[in-house]
Amino acid sequence: MIKSADNSDIIHAIARDCLGLDGPLMEALVRINQRFGYVPKEAQAIVAEVLNVSQADVAGVTGFYSDFRSAPPGRTIVQLCRAEACQAAGVASVVTEVEAALGCAFGETRGDGAVTLEDAYCFGNCALAPAAMVDGQLIGRVEAKTITALVKP
Amino acid sequence: MTTVLIAKDSGAKSVGADAVAAAFEAAGADVIRTGSRGLYWLEPMAEIDGVVYGPLTPEDATGVLADGAKRIGPLADIPEFARQTRMLFKRVGAMDPTDIKAYRASGGEAGLNAALAMTPDAVIQAIADSGLRGRGGAGFPTGIKWRTVADTPDQQKYIVCNADEGDSGTFADRMLMEGDPFLLLEGMAIAGYAVGAAKGFIYLRSEYPDAAETLTNAIANAPFLDNELAGGFRFSIELRMGAGAYICGEETALLESLEGKRGLSRAKPPLPAHAGAFGQPTVVNNVLTLAAAPIILAEGAAAHHAFGTGRSRGTMPFQLAGNIKQGGLVEAPFGITLRELIEDFGGGTRSGRPVRAVQVGGPLGAYFPESLLDTPMDYEAFAAAGGMLGHGGVVVFDDTVNLAAQARFAFAFCAHESCGKCTPCRIGAQRGVEVVDKITAGDNVDANFTVLGDLLEVMRDGSLCALGGLTPTPVESALKWFKQDFDKGASQ
Repeated sequence: MIKSADNSDIIHAIARDCLGLDGPLMEALVRINQRFGYVPKEAQAIVAEVLNVSQADVAGVTGFYSDFRSAPPGRTIVQLCRAEACQAAGVASVVTEVEAALGCAFGETRGDGAVTLEDAYCFGNCALAPAAMVDGQLIGRVEAKTITALVKP
Repeated sequence: MTTVLIAKDSGAKSVGADAVAAAFEAAGADVIRTGSRGLYWLEPMAEIDGVVYGPLTPEDATGVLADGAKRIGPLADIPEFARQTRMLFKRVGAMDPTDIKAYRASGGEAGLNAALAMTPDAVIQAIADSGLRGRGGAGFPTGIKWRTVADTPDQQKYIVCNADEGDSGTFADRMLMEGDPFLLLEGMAIAGYAVGAAKGFIYLRSEYPDAAETLTNAIANAPFLDNELAGGFRFSIELRMGAGAYICGEETALLESLEGKRGLSRAKPPLPAHAGAFGQPTVVNNVLTLAAAPIILAEGAAAHHAFGTGRSRGTMPFQLAGNIKQGGLVEAPFGITLRELIEDFGGGTRSGRPVRAVQVGGPLGAYFPESLLDTPMDYEAFAAAGGMLGHGGVVVFDDTVNLAAQARFAFAFCAHESCGKCTPCRIGAQRGVEVVDKITAGDNVDANFTVLGDLLEVMRDGSLCALGGLTPTPVESALKWFKQDFDKGASQ
């Protein structure tokens, strides 16, 4: 587990790395989110200070984009595409089965921190729908049992 | 040693191409990882001396190598491939997308070299003469856009590639970026030369990590970037990632996001061509639009214009998705009909049930009933039928679909993705969900249909951008062709 003091150092370094870019705020948040899996609360003040923008700017951008999680995700992240092509290929039943098997609803992280279930809108795998991404790995023609098997206890 | 082509495309990997590739390597084959041919129902697929084997499991590798197990036949004889016209996608699936030498050996950089030997004005004229229109969905003539930016005097201009391919049912941009990234970069350099821009950005959606990897590699290895080219022209490209906002596929929201802000749509004017990224004159083009430029410059505007129909010129990579037996990419001249795509190329539904509705052009496109399947794939023909060709995505639904539910989803998706800047979209989408719910519950149906009609009009005419403005399209098509689905109990 990374301690909070270390988090601050890492966030500082990432923000500084983005200083030379045009319009650096988004890129800084993308990198912070990639590094931690979410945007830690302390990032707001640090990024604002380093990039010389207001904390409201940072909060506004962080809040706008669905990728930027506000809390640490579960140990496994399941993202299931809920868009039209995957609907046509029967994603609704996958949703029901996954929620029942894992005891967790989409949009939530399970109490024990094992898994986060997220809705997604299109991975560009619509010819092999329904599509899911589990810890960054894309799965085509996905079935509920494939997803649940990948969730570590 | 036998050379085997196996896709490293994320779609192919999503059904196990990595394990198949490893098995071929373990069996002693020389494996080259390529883009996908787009025949996704055959993935994971192996190609040996032009002969296709698939779909494969790792256990098949030795059998394929020893006695040709799982043989489909020569690629050139597979009707779903042979009947295509591969211009943009000619290299995708045929070569290693990280290999600049292979790119050059197969005609890469010919378009850029041709452009650099011409005046910028002549390059724009060639693009205009080709009839190329924006492939992102709006179909705006590319030559006019480039001309506008070229004619706007400024020291600093930008080329922005819209790689935020968020429409469900579309994946051609992804396939091209993963399978032939140098082509896109070359197209951006040509655009830069034509309009006088030295800097390009690719704004890529975060859902495409594999495309990010191939683009990063290509940007680092393209010899025509960051180096002085003929006439002293220099061009550089930076990759920027989105963060899960569909609205950022709208060009002005994309520009806001690129600038590091919330992805709020801007009012137009000013057009991005006059004041785009960081307030500077900017070409914003889709991946496929920019990727078409090298081909047009290399082969001539007339060669591009020779394909297509009416004012829709060239070829279009159509994408077959959803409930479809043979999903994948079909690059064909404009004018092919929806029925040909679904029946001849797609083989009908995957479930085997009858086709009931087809949504073309993403979440903001119309749902067409079976009776409209003979509509030609052409911008004007689709508009005349009340639809939108968009980015060429075709999502097939069988007879289990309920169109009131799909109309509700169109509103719900708009509510979820609305940037919130204008009221018709922000409030209208939410009200739309509620009104559809009331109608399908049998609550005051006639009055609520009137409310729904008013709401659609306000959203269509009063929204700031295409998200709110086009959300009525799928809803209205559902009402027009599938009204019975809105009856109480129809979804049960």
